[in-house]
Amino acid sequence: MDKLGVITSFIHNIIVFNIPLLYGTVGEIVVEKSGSLNLGVEGTMAVGAIFGYIFGCYANSLGVGILVAFLAGAIFGLLFAALTVSFQANQNITGLTLTTFGLGIYFFVGNSVKSTGWPVMADYENVKEGFADIDIPLLSDIPLIGRGIFSHNLLVYLGIIIAVAVWWYLKHTSLGLRLRAIGENPAAADSVGINVNRMKYIHICLGCGIMGIGGYYMGLNMSGSFNSSCWINGYGWIAVALVIFANWSPAVAIFGTFVFGFFNTLRVSGTSIAAAFPETLGWLADIPAQMYQALPFIITAVVLVVTSIRNKRGSSGLPAALGLNYFREDR
Amino acid sequence: MKKFIALFLAALMLLSFAACGDTDTDTSDAASTGESSSAEKAEFKVGAIYINSKNDTAGYTFAHHSGITSAMKQLGLNVDTQLFIVDEVPEDPEQVRAAVDTLVGKGVNIIFGISFGYIDALEAAAKEYPDVIFSHATGYKSNETNFNNYFGRAYQARYLAGIAAGLKSLQTGNNNIGYVAAYGTEYAETASGINGFALGVQAVNPNATVYVKKLNAWADEVNESAFAKELISSYNCGIITQHCDSAQPQIAAQDANIFGCGYNSDMTADAPKAHLTAAIWHWDVYYKTAMEAAMSCGTADKFVSTMGTPAYYGGLKENFVDVSPLSENCAPNTDTAIKAVRELIISGEWDVFSGVKLTITAEGTVTKADAALVDNAGNEIVAAGGASVADGVITGTMNYYVAGVVEA
Repeated sequence: MDKLGVITSFIHNIIVFNIPLLYGTVGEIVVEKSGSLNLGVEGTMAVGAIFGYIFGCYANSLGVGILVAFLAGAIFGLLFAALTVSFQANQNITGLTLTTFGLGIYFFVGNSVKSTGWPVMADYENVKEGFADIDIPLLSDIPLIGRGIFSHNLLVYLGIIIAVAVWWYLKHTSLGLRLRAIGENPAAADSVGINVNRMKYIHICLGCGIMGIGGYYMGLNMSGSFNSSCWINGYGWIAVALVIFANWSPAVAIFGTFVFGFFNTLRVSGTSIAAAFPETLGWLADIPAQMYQALPFIITAVVLVVTSIRNKRGSSGLPAALGLNYFREDR
Repeated sequence: MKKFIALFLAALMLLSFAACGDTDTDTSDAASTGESSSAEKAEFKVGAIYINSKNDTAGYTFAHHSGITSAMKQLGLNVDTQLFIVDEVPEDPEQVRAAVDTLVGKGVNIIFGISFGYIDALEAAAKEYPDVIFSHATGYKSNETNFNNYFGRAYQARYLAGIAAGLKSLQTGNNNIGYVAAYGTEYAETASGINGFALGVQAVNPNATVYVKKLNAWADEVNESAFAKELISSYNCGIITQHCDSAQPQIAAQDANIFGCGYNSDMTADAPKAHLTAAIWHWDVYYKTAMEAAMSCGTADKFVSTMGTPAYYGGLKENFVDVSPLSENCAPNTDTAIKAVRELIISGEWDVFSGVKLTITAEGTVTKADAALVDNAGNEIVAAGGASVADGVITGTMNYYVAGVVEA
């Protein structure tokens, strides 16, 4: 057994298996910054996944897959925006409904396509090779961490780039400032001439599109094998919690994803690490498997408590108008 | 206006009654004019309680549903009118009970419950409804009249798959074999499968090690993929096998350009470049046997005596378990070796967990020699030359791994 290889593999796994959380989290941050709480992340990711995968394969192009996943997510976001922004529906209920609806679409479309012949990823060279690991020159040769951190597929790098770009957008552009203003106090933003509804529509669609790409990633990482369980597997819900952990900052979301991913991946790699370092880390194998299964959720709960304490001290990124519908005539 | 609405609703209700009535007559018509010749056959009704959806396209419920429908077709029964299903029933006694009541209300003759956790509810129901036959998959409870259980010697099929894996490991020179398992020694079902497979591997390649990674869940597709990838990257496994539903481990093996042995269904289509062969079930074999017994036994209380045993435990001999057709990825002579061992098992001359060890060469020749069966802590399970471990141990209490198995 290659002991250092186990560590490298662990680092690699943390990133590979948890990047969809980053997409979900960053997408949800964009949505929430506009003052809308969309609990339909799971469903949005599922819709992006199924359409992105199928069209990506039919076109035999990873790029088309990413584009379709984004569009499918964005259209799903449009539905959310129409219901909550234009028709003033309750955001929580709408989000939950969209989760059910999205999973329904996922299985309906998936089973329909499966009955006529499921596209197998291995047959679509461009998709398969587009999703293959890309070594970053020099950096990927660093011992121990090089292959773990700097040898990943295109969508991992894209996820990080999107997170950084969204962070910059929110923090350093005037449009980002306007968006944050809407999330804090839409009436005030309206009074200075910002088109609140238009901004909300655009950013809900944008955020949901990003979630859709995350769903597509999950499908690709499962090699596009469609079975009786959904590819998203609850990641959409964890993303909703990670938004709070990240304090509504896409930059912190990158960090949060990997902290959460560390515990999430222990279930996969914990016993391997114990076997590689029996003297120092052998105890990892003695932890019951159920503990590993529960750990990510325990961590989520702890983080939510810690952040809520921190937020009471007044450094919260929580948009003040989050979850409240804005109705112009109510001003 | 109100009156009008009330009238409309009343009319609607009448219509819906009429609609119900229609379907009822349809069903009875179909039943009475069914193609089967004997009246008994035409009136025979099958009930089934599933843990997942009957519409699944893969997995455990799918395997049973296919088995039941296939057996009914073989017997000339009408799946549309003579099969009643309650699906997505969790392992909760009250819900199982409700499902049983529903099916009894439909007048079924036999009820198949496919999930282990239905055990107590079915036992109680068998007592309460002595006129109905209850048949429980993977369980261990039964009575002498109308309640039996059924399971298969999957370990025999696993042993054959292990031979294919062993020969492949000799060919590639990689002695590490990964096993993505739902559970390990917690369940005799998984432990016997792992042990059967490992013994098959070692008959060919005594230097091979089987690394078992436990999911601690019967189905968890995302982690089935992750665990296989981890076995490949951290343990440098050259062959991946599995005790879980999805084909993810096989697909992961194909992506890593290594090989694999599937389970439950022929996974060659899922991973054509990696898959060797899979240990598979022919559930229809049991369902056909059970339905025939149920139709011929007259009254429900004679079912168990007609079956001959309260615990049906079919194996290679009954064609209840087998390996799927060997793919072209298999090493040379795999076919010869598996054929020879299959014959030894079917003839009853030899079985997997006994004090006799088979040695299989790369040329496919099989030789027998007395050797003790030892667990991976060095304890002797069966002395050299000793008889096979009892069926009750294999299905109920096997809680060890044989030598050469390591929990990863």
